[in-house]
Amino acid sequence: MDAALLAYLAFFMTMALTYAVMCLGLNVQWGLTGIFNVGVAGFVLAGAYTSAIVTTPPIDGRVGGFGLPIAAGWLAAAIVGAVLSLLVGALTIRLRADYLAISTFGFAVVIHLAALNLEGITGGPFGISFIPRPFGELAGEPLRFNLLNLAVMAGLVAVLYGLLERLARSPWGRVLRAIREDEDAARALGKSAVRFRLQAIALGGAVMGIAGAAGAHFIGFIAPANYLAILTFQVWAMLIVGGSGSNLGAILGAVLVWAIWAASGAAVEAVFPPGAQARAASLQIVLIGVSLCVILLLRPRGLLGSRRVVRRKGNL
Amino acid sequence: MNPQAIIDGLVAGSMIGLGAIGVTLTYSILRFANFAHGEFVTGGAYLTLVLLTALSAVLGTAPLSPFSVSLALVLAFGGALVLTGGVALTLDAILFRPLRRRGGTIIIIVIASFGASLALRSLIEFVFTATPQYFSRELQIAAPIGGGMRATPDQLLVLAITALLVAAVHLLLTRTDAGRAMRAVAENPALARISGIDVEGVVRLTFMIGGALACAAGVAAGLLVQIRPTMGFDLLLPLFAAAILGGIGSVPGAVLGGLLVGLCEALAAQTVGAEWRAAVSFAVLVAVLALRPRGLFGRR
Repeated sequence: MDAALLAYLAFFMTMALTYAVMCLGLNVQWGLTGIFNVGVAGFVLAGAYTSAIVTTPPIDGRVGGFGLPIAAGWLAAAIVGAVLSLLVGALTIRLRADYLAISTFGFAVVIHLAALNLEGITGGPFGISFIPRPFGELAGEPLRFNLLNLAVMAGLVAVLYGLLERLARSPWGRVLRAIREDEDAARALGKSAVRFRLQAIALGGAVMGIAGAAGAHFIGFIAPANYLAILTFQVWAMLIVGGSGSNLGAILGAVLVWAIWAASGAAVEAVFPPGAQARAASLQIVLIGVSLCVILLLRPRGLLGSRRVVRRKGNL
Repeated sequence: MNPQAIIDGLVAGSMIGLGAIGVTLTYSILRFANFAHGEFVTGGAYLTLVLLTALSAVLGTAPLSPFSVSLALVLAFGGALVLTGGVALTLDAILFRPLRRRGGTIIIIVIASFGASLALRSLIEFVFTATPQYFSRELQIAAPIGGGMRATPDQLLVLAITALLVAAVHLLLTRTDAGRAMRAVAENPALARISGIDVEGVVRLTFMIGGALACAAGVAAGLLVQIRPTMGFDLLLPLFAAAILGGIGSVPGAVLGGLLVGLCEALAAQTVGAEWRAAVSFAVLVAVLALRPRGLFGRR
């Protein structure tokens, strides 16, 4: 096999697995607990910037740049992701589910605005560059560099998958599913729905923060424009396609949707003349949006969705 | 403080208020937060632009002094009101109604509306490109209106039309059978149905009204600012903040909430800086959810 092609495949898979981490985080919130987070991009952004600020070397005119190791950046990103999602969650946890949706949506808008405007910390619209990359000294050999990074990302996904699977099967996970299926029954058994929901929100936020950090360290550069609503939307499409509730489905959905996304991007590049490409790229988003709706209509459980034990009837 | 912020805030707030009526009605009658509502705003503005281009070819572009608005724009606006209502109805028929019928959890419909929002926005961007467009190139002079404030004739026109539309919707809801049916469904859908109310008809009426008012908000924004594919999406957070601040289900509340959010934005633009404008709605939202989640006029 051609080395360049193999390097590209490794790069592609690493990107797909970054999304898989975000999907795993969302799956804890939505799939396991039924919490609707429309601010995924905001929590990923928070993780990416936290890790970048903690690990980059100091630069004149910018606060931060502590030059710590990458692992410290990941840890900080997880903590910031957890704390922020806990704050947003605590605001609306006792209210109706779509209030949480609206406030996570607002959170993503505001944190994006903060990344744009707080130039002294975030570098403003130009973002932060020179973020240390794992095996960065090998960047001259794309194949080895990409393969090693793929190994790091695959390891991260494997560890998170194992951890989350164990959690889902643990008594804690069973309570979450019980709350998702029938909150009144769970409360009658003495389980505090609010407390368990908040824990799930924080855990999901931590995983999204790690995803942001991992992505930032792989690419080595971040800017606010990478964390728009379209990112939230992609992650949702991935989870819905893969099947919410299933961790394996979350990973599979991420790889599949990212493949469709990359392939349709390449198709746009091949079919449309360079002048029309920016315009045609919006067709890509239409495609993903329509397919998300079609899946919701035709196969709401996705490819590997978890079966609901109790069927619940909606009103109206 | 510069008193001009009051006029700027009221004008921006009336656009938010018009859009928030649709959000609050959908939320109280269909019980879900419609993330695609911003695209009705954008769609209304672009539908008006298309009709305007066609009508201008026949009627010319002479403005009705002192406004920058031409007769063609007035007619185009009337047509777009109906068409945007139709777009909202169509989206309900192909997406939301099948999901309602299946009787899943409400939040699935919210996700679907989120997907529809991005698909519609990108479709508009594909057809019309991201380049901002304008209804007219007429220049408007802001005349002093007392109290150290200035306003253009177009701004005053938007305020007047908002007041007219809000009064009309309020009368429709409180004084007609259709309005009573809407309030009955909002109160208790099952009871409304066994009382012989056509619930699907009420849902259709809700989307018609919401779509038409969103169109009005979009045309106002197009007239005073510019027409962009993201104009409605950027308005979405202010719309939600206004609807929740006013109290879900309350039309006067949504308008008052819109005006308050608009005023806060204008004040923040003056004091904190215009680059933080978009954060104002979130601050309002957080404050309402923390202090009084049912809003100003909400029940329960």
